[in-house]
Amino acid sequence: MAEREQKRRPAPSTRQEEAPEEAPQASEAGERLKSELDDLLDEIDEVLEENAEEFVRNYVQKGGE
Amino acid sequence: MAVPKVCGIETEYGVQHVGGDQNPVASSSMLVNAYVSDLAQAGWDFEDEAPGNDARGFAREGSMPPEIETHLVNAVLTNGARYYVDHAHPEMSTPECADALEAVLYDKAGEIVLMRSMAAAKRMLPDGQAIVVYKNNSDRKGNSYGTHENYLMDRAVPFSRIAHLVTPHFVTRQIYTGAGKVGTETPTIGGRSVPYQLSQRSEFFEEEIGLETTLKRPIVNTRDEPHADPQRYRRLHVIVGDANLAEVATFLKIGATSLVLALIEDDGFDGVDLTLANPVQAIRLVSYDTTLSTPLEMADGTSCTALELQWELFSLARKYADDRGLECLGDEAVGRDVLERWESVLHGLETDPANVSRQVDWVAKLQLIEGYQDRHNLDWDDHRLAALDLQYHDLRPERSLFARLDTEHLVSEQDVLSAVTEPPRRTRAYFRGQCLKRWASSVASANWDSIVFDLGTDPLRRVPMMDPLRGTAEHTEELLKASSSPADLLTRLSA
Repeated sequence: MAEREQKRRPAPSTRQEEAPEEAPQASEAGERLKSELDDLLDEIDEVLEENAEEFVRNYVQKGGE
Repeated sequence: MAVPKVCGIETEYGVQHVGGDQNPVASSSMLVNAYVSDLAQAGWDFEDEAPGNDARGFAREGSMPPEIETHLVNAVLTNGARYYVDHAHPEMSTPECADALEAVLYDKAGEIVLMRSMAAAKRMLPDGQAIVVYKNNSDRKGNSYGTHENYLMDRAVPFSRIAHLVTPHFVTRQIYTGAGKVGTETPTIGGRSVPYQLSQRSEFFEEEIGLETTLKRPIVNTRDEPHADPQRYRRLHVIVGDANLAEVATFLKIGATSLVLALIEDDGFDGVDLTLANPVQAIRLVSYDTTLSTPLEMADGTSCTALELQWELFSLARKYADDRGLECLGDEAVGRDVLERWESVLHGLETDPANVSRQVDWVAKLQLIEGYQDRHNLDWDDHRLAALDLQYHDLRPERSLFARLDTEHLVSEQDVLSAVTEPPRRTRAYFRGQCLKRWASSVASANWDSIVFDLGTDPLRRVPMMDPLRGTAEHTEELLKASSSPADLLTRLSA
């Protein structure tokens, strides 16, 4: 088996880890990403099914292959 | 030598009747019939025919009959795809594709057909009602439906060898093919809490190998219906995958699997043993762990993570490519792209999964869900997170959460739209699609391995198509162009 460095895994999350020292470019990129995500979340708030509980409860399928 | 990896994807879609009582067989039938009916009104040369195995589906001009003939609703489209009702789901089976990129193209074209079907059905329904389609694999209540893949293989390879060597790949590829799921629907191993899984399908697999597809699902399915010359070919029928929306995920699902199968056919494992001690347990353990770090017990007593195992497969595949080239992947450049993206995605997953949020569905979905969670301060059991999970897969452009994400595209919108009506050029789907385009009214039935013409004289004339690699544009384009009618075509074929 090829040796691969066991990297310490981040917690089960896609959240950006805070770097101790951030270069200016990295924080700019981070800001842009956060702002894009915010815009996206705004949109999602608008289109997400209104009664989430009912929506999820009512979605029943027959088993398929 | 590995046979060319002709491939295809069959997708069972979730279906919901908004504003009406749930009758999934009727809804699924309505979607197929509405689509076919729309094509008829667009000027296709349909005639009133009996339903059943009619190649053009059940089509009538004008309004839909109140009681739709629901059994055996089945349409074969001019792009060579089959669109039908199966087990209370609308199902789209792509035509035979020559490479992984073509599979992505026709998978996306299939989504367009479903979107158009929804729009057509909506026009026929009373105000406030709609049939909605979801490209996912479960309803969160323990009911699962599949997204299957098909791969052409050399019949000479013993099935037991295929099953043994492909299993580790099927267990671990979900680190990039998984579509993500909030929570679990089956009892977890050790009763552990799993707020989010990599795969929609993994927890439904209970056996290593078997014929079943609807219960006690096996990781390796033994179905043996080659729809081709059974002496030369096998069609490997794969039921273990998730439905993907991200194009790179689909590309790697098909491409990496094609490569692993080529390795199996051409003995490219080099003595490397990746056998897992307990694949059925491992497929769940991998799905439970978004950190990708769970050690899996190997048959030889060592342990290995899913990521490490995929790296092993990738290394073997790269060596295979260097030694033998990638002709068997249908196109050398596409094959190289599969390798590059496989490496790039594994590397991204290894450093930080967020790196592949534009390529991998489970990551994109998780990022969305965590962002929403943070904004509204929600716990994992909040219904809104389950709703996000489901709505990610809603195929309506105005509702789909996936459609709002910036993900990497491999195929252009223009090419996808062409693929809705044009068949692939490098497989027998070409001949099937072209015959339907030109002479639909003379086609009595179109199957994967034959096409039957009705020339109005007895008997029906059957053209066998037992080789997925014949009936291509190269073989038949000129012949088809030169034929003024189906009768003419048949005369030329028998010459």
